Amino acid sequence: MQISEPDRRLIRQLQRAPDLPLGELAGRAGLSPATCSRHLERLRRAGVIRGQRAVISWAALGYEVQVSLRVTLEKSDPRAFDDFLAAAREVPEVLEIQTFLGRVDVRLHVVARDMAHYQHLYRARILTLPHLAEVEALVQMSEILADRGLPL
Amino acid sequence: MRVDEIDRAFLRVLAEDATLSAGALGRRFGLSQPAAWRRLRRLQEAGVLAGRRLVLDREALGFGVTVFLGVKLAAKRRVSLEDFERAVSAIPEVQSVHHVLGLYDYRLRVAARDIADFERVLRRRIMVLPGVGEVEANVLLSEELRPGPL
Repeated sequence: MQISEPDRRLIRQLQRAPDLPLGELAGRAGLSPATCSRHLERLRRAGVIRGQRAVISWAALGYEVQVSLRVTLEKSDPRAFDDFLAAAREVPEVLEIQTFLGRVDVRLHVVARDMAHYQHLYRARILTLPHLAEVEALVQMSEILADRGLPL
Repeated sequence: MRVDEIDRAFLRVLAEDATLSAGALGRRFGLSQPAAWRRLRRLQEAGVLAGRRLVLDREALGFGVTVFLGVKLAAKRRVSLEDFERAVSAIPEVQSVHHVLGLYDYRLRVAARDIADFERVLRRRIMVLPGVGEVEANVLLSEELRPGPL
């Protein structure tokens, strides 16, 4: 689908405040409410706007520790990726799974209640994942910037 | 905050679709609209529900490439951390910045139109940041968000 300038303005505003009422959104995007809802409908139907997800604060739920695990796999087995990803999905504390082209094969973003819990998870659930060759941990100290919208 | 089974169920479905109303949530989990609304309110007030994010087809909007960067600072004085954080957060293509402990000092997520565009961002924006040292780039191939321990 062709993305028009009004579409871009709309998405820019929505990225900033996804829960704006239609009238307010239209005003900020410089569109009439009718035009605004027509553009929104078209963007949704074309799957450009897929929806909205809630942000959950894991810290507020008592998960104080977040760790980014950079994994390299034993790639001689053609099933290494599939087996590893399937097993990683079974670990409830894994929030994100990404695969990469680069030095890192897979990244797992993991939450834990505290360092003792993390230590346990690391030993019992991470190091036991299949085809794991190497793993490096980056422990999150602070979030400086999170999920900024695309520079449209 | 202590959450029960119904709170967890709410969080699981809201993580997929944050636009569900209290009425819709209530119908789904056998609660009245006011009871569901009170739960939502409590989760918001405790900060467990911390806002919404728009989910977009990035490729359709012309952003076909996402790169995760590990950045090591060359000079680790306190002032240089703040300068670095301010400057890196001002780059429009930088989607997120986390201060980490380990092999790198910062973890960045960068959105670019294509590999050539990423090269431009890397050379003209990232490599010239104050205090920047070693940089490692990994190009995102696939990404999956999991529900987490709910």
